[in-house]
Amino acid sequence: MEFSTNLLIFSGLALLMMAAAFAAVTTSRIMRAVTYLLFVLFGTAGLYFMLHYTFLGAVQIIVYAGGIVVLFIFAALLIGKGTIDVTHTSNRRYLAGLLASLSGMALALYLINSTDFFADKFSTVGVPMKSVGLALMGTAKHNYVLTFEVLSILLLACMVGAIMIARKK
Amino acid sequence: MFSFNNITTAIDEFLNSVLPAQGALIVECVLVALCAVLAYVTLAIVMIFMERKVCAAFQCRLGPMRVGYWGLLQVFADVFKMLIKEIISINRSDRVLYNLAPYLVVMSSVLTFSCLPFASGLQVLDFNIGVFFIMAASSFGVLGILLAGWSSNNKYSMIGAVRSGAQMISYELSIGLCILVVVILSGTMQISELVDMQRSGWFIFRGHIPAFIAFIIYLIAGNAETNRAPFDLPEAESELTAGFHTEYSGMHFGFFYVAEFMNLFIVAGIASTLFLGGWAPLYITGLDAFNNIMDYIPGIVWFLGKTFFVIWLLMWVRWTFPRMRIDHVVSLEWKYLIPIGLVNLLIMTLCVVMGWTF
Repeated sequence: MEFSTNLLIFSGLALLMMAAAFAAVTTSRIMRAVTYLLFVLFGTAGLYFMLHYTFLGAVQIIVYAGGIVVLFIFAALLIGKGTIDVTHTSNRRYLAGLLASLSGMALALYLINSTDFFADKFSTVGVPMKSVGLALMGTAKHNYVLTFEVLSILLLACMVGAIMIARKK
Repeated sequence: MFSFNNITTAIDEFLNSVLPAQGALIVECVLVALCAVLAYVTLAIVMIFMERKVCAAFQCRLGPMRVGYWGLLQVFADVFKMLIKEIISINRSDRVLYNLAPYLVVMSSVLTFSCLPFASGLQVLDFNIGVFFIMAASSFGVLGILLAGWSSNNKYSMIGAVRSGAQMISYELSIGLCILVVVILSGTMQISELVDMQRSGWFIFRGHIPAFIAFIIYLIAGNAETNRAPFDLPEAESELTAGFHTEYSGMHFGFFYVAEFMNLFIVAGIASTLFLGGWAPLYITGLDAFNNIMDYIPGIVWFLGKTFFVIWLLMWVRWTFPRMRIDHVVSLEWKYLIPIGLVNLLIMTLCVVMGWTF
């Protein structure tokens, strides 16, 4: 019973994501593409919540939906109406896009088929917040303090760069 | 102490006894959604009425008095007017995004609303990352505003939307810092645990100075998040007609309006949950008789009482202060609130490490 409800929710999310992703690449208006992308990101967050990865789901929403998509929209707003919408695409680019997405699909299918899935190790209670925090800041094996620090340096560099570009002489 | 868990468990058992497990789950989902949306709308009506009366009181007027006793039916009349108004479509606007934008705003608001703990066991979403989820859910409401401004094909809407975007994204940082202060003090992010811990003392008392500073910053930033005066630049009527929702009519405008009021309720609700104890009653150590009397007041009354007290504070500010200039709004956040918030975070960490909290 539980399984079929899960399947129902999963198919709903998967259909939403596929439809939104398809719409995002086929629409010619940049703002609509960004909005459809937003729904793909919501669907991904929904999948994380379904798997009880609540932290990852919330990060997905706050970083992608609340951050990246807002950035995209701001960029589109600043560039202006009509200048960035796709008006004409050559057939060669269509072909290249099709080829790229087909090879991506082949890779994904290969990975799904060649991986053993551990349904029995699947957690239904979710990871406690404390272990996420400790893993993020820990120095032991399979902990992420180095990645965390490197990412913070990257972000710092970005911020310094932004200030350098924006400041008055 | 009385808990709503008893009622919800009873309903759950009843549904499971008459329906298969899957059907019961679906019926429960629909019931919960229905209750949440009903509560959302009812509270919105209460708040709109309260806003008009509070505003009138601050301006030495009576406010609505004609429809019903003491004007009590005025908001219902307004809602019916809004419902029967035509939803117009704008020439050369992006129809899809124009129609989608109000729903994005309401979706974000309802998601955040369903995290609020109204009483023991009376809470829709209770994750282990509770407050973080609240921040995530409230972070995409700004998207609806940006899309509304862009798709309206109107320069005033557009300016309002960009102002709103800049303001809401900036002030989200301060809100995050204030929430972090509470998370450091309590060591948990789950909302039900946060409230449970405050049954022995509200965080604003237990965290004394840093918690109080965080509470004040939270109120300022929360006021800015809801786009209300003195931070109502996105819809400054003398400059931008009505800002991002200028071109909206009927219920689409109603969604923006309701979401704005409910965001005020949500901000106040989170403030009362994080700092004023949520549904936890007020205890004074040593006064057992007093504490026993406080126990008899149900949790939902405590929660709504505290929330409406905070709402009243925010409305007081809204009807007292003049509107700020956009550069002042931005510099208040980046030059004052964020540095104060960061130092405050350090002070709180120090207090917790040294054990200087109660």
